[in-house]
Amino acid sequence: MTMLVSDISLHLSGFDLLRHISLEVEAGKVTAIVGPNGAGKSSLLKVLTGDMSPTKGDVYLNNRVLNQWPLLEKAQMLAVLPQHTLLNFPFTADEVVGLGRIPHQTGIAKDTQIITEALELVDASYLQRRFYTQMSGGEKQRVQLARVLAQIWQPSRFGEQFLVLDEPTSAFDLSHQKLTLDIVRQLAQKGVGVVMVLHDLNLAARCADNLVVIDSGVIAAQGSPEDVLTESLIDRVFGVKSIIAEHPITKRPLVIT
Amino acid sequence: MRHLSAGRLIAILVILLPVVALLSMTVGTVSISWMDTLHAVFGNSSNTQIETILFEIRLPRILLAIFVGSVLATTGAVMQGLFRNPLADPSLIGVSSGASVGASLMIVTAGGFIQGGALVGLSLVSVGAFIGGFTATLLVYRLATSGVGTSVTTMLLAGIAIGALAGALNSLLSYFSDNDMLRQISLWQMGNLSGASWLKVTIMGLVAMLLMGLFPRDSKALNALLLGESEARHLGVNVQRVKRRLIVLTALGVGVSVAVAGLVGFVGLIMPHIIRLMIGPDHRWLIPASGLAGAILLVAADSLARVVVIPAELPTGILTAILGAPFFVALLLQQRKDV
Repeated sequence: MTMLVSDISLHLSGFDLLRHISLEVEAGKVTAIVGPNGAGKSSLLKVLTGDMSPTKGDVYLNNRVLNQWPLLEKAQMLAVLPQHTLLNFPFTADEVVGLGRIPHQTGIAKDTQIITEALELVDASYLQRRFYTQMSGGEKQRVQLARVLAQIWQPSRFGEQFLVLDEPTSAFDLSHQKLTLDIVRQLAQKGVGVVMVLHDLNLAARCADNLVVIDSGVIAAQGSPEDVLTESLIDRVFGVKSIIAEHPITKRPLVIT
Repeated sequence: MRHLSAGRLIAILVILLPVVALLSMTVGTVSISWMDTLHAVFGNSSNTQIETILFEIRLPRILLAIFVGSVLATTGAVMQGLFRNPLADPSLIGVSSGASVGASLMIVTAGGFIQGGALVGLSLVSVGAFIGGFTATLLVYRLATSGVGTSVTTMLLAGIAIGALAGALNSLLSYFSDNDMLRQISLWQMGNLSGASWLKVTIMGLVAMLLMGLFPRDSKALNALLLGESEARHLGVNVQRVKRRLIVLTALGVGVSVAVAGLVGFVGLIMPHIIRLMIGPDHRWLIPASGLAGAILLVAADSLARVVVIPAELPTGILTAILGAPFFVALLLQQRKDV
């Protein structure tokens, strides 16, 4: 079972934002999307999650066209973490994470347990009773991460589950960047398909099974990080001279600029 | 930290409402003692004059205050959630300004026969206010709705535009009215419950029940909407349907409120805000607690309106702000101390 983007194009106000993009997100794998600013990464995520309908082509979730799934069933399979969430109301952290349980009918006791565990997982237990509006940017983002994790905490009976993250690490310090990538790897091991937009090529190389490079609305390359990350590709897409080395421990490619 | 749990606040309000209502029965131009009131309420009073005052004049007025207060406060809570703005209120979607034009138009054009002119027992002003309010909201909603859905931002802007237009129409109507009409218009805009009748109570009561019955279904959706529309969709909320339902219910509720009581300000804007400061933004508790608190505020304000300038009466709308604003300021000051 997969999420499948099949030959989609997106035209908006006279601009071609995406052209002929095909992409397969496998359950249990981590897919990272990278590319320069304005390449169409966010547009691709919007189409992938159903926020925007493609002008041409279709998106499939577990063999069914995405927007033909009933909303609640879809919400039990697909969780989405946006880059910024504007929440101006003084919810406490556990209430925010609790919003992730809205698509489920598992009862208060179970939900409370999941909320506690999700906050613990993202190193935010100490925030439980604090007001979201008074947290730092990194704390807010961790609470939001816990919210989407709570949404897909248990397997769904409707199909494989997927998590879409838009630059999940942008507000994080080093330790929380690593924590996020560890969580992502764990989820993949549990069978969840993860898609993330990342800016840091080395982070992407470290945790992705499938690396997708987007440039000017088309896919410039996709495959394993070892195959995709070459000096010529980085020069062509980002216009930056670089050296590709091997990480001494993980053996993953390391981009040095 | 919050000082009060939602359950406890609701329990306090549930006890407070009948107490305030009973107290309100005793006050007015004719002061009636607690004992006489209780005797009359429990049906063993021999004084028919007291009974007439209590059941024909005060009781409908108090019930009307309860229904109007709860509808204004709950629709306020719903609009603040829907617009993701704690400073939103039902007037944002044009309902108050539209109602104002409808009422003024009736006062000015129907002029002399305003007292006699009535439609199934409701004054023409009420009918005009309801039609004006509902039409303005539909117009705002239409302007903001396109093929992709309703844009809350556009609605806000359309509400401001329609509000400005309605304000101009209102001024125009005022300009062409004589002194007596002018006084009627401005009194109407202050909001007043003195015209309470059993018919108005029945209509308002039915509307209030409808809203109280339907709003709780969308509490969780409103909670999700506080994150944003796209986030709510990803949590399985049918955003467009929820939006349409809540806007229609709000237009209906506020439209009828304005028709029976004029423009009673403050309750819809501040009451949900006060409750949110006390128990947080969870709509499952915020909506019922705001409804109860709005009812209490309006009953209290209307009681005061009846006694401060005996034997005359003040318009109720003046008192809601005088009563509510200091309380709100105190709460803000306390919050500042806590941070």
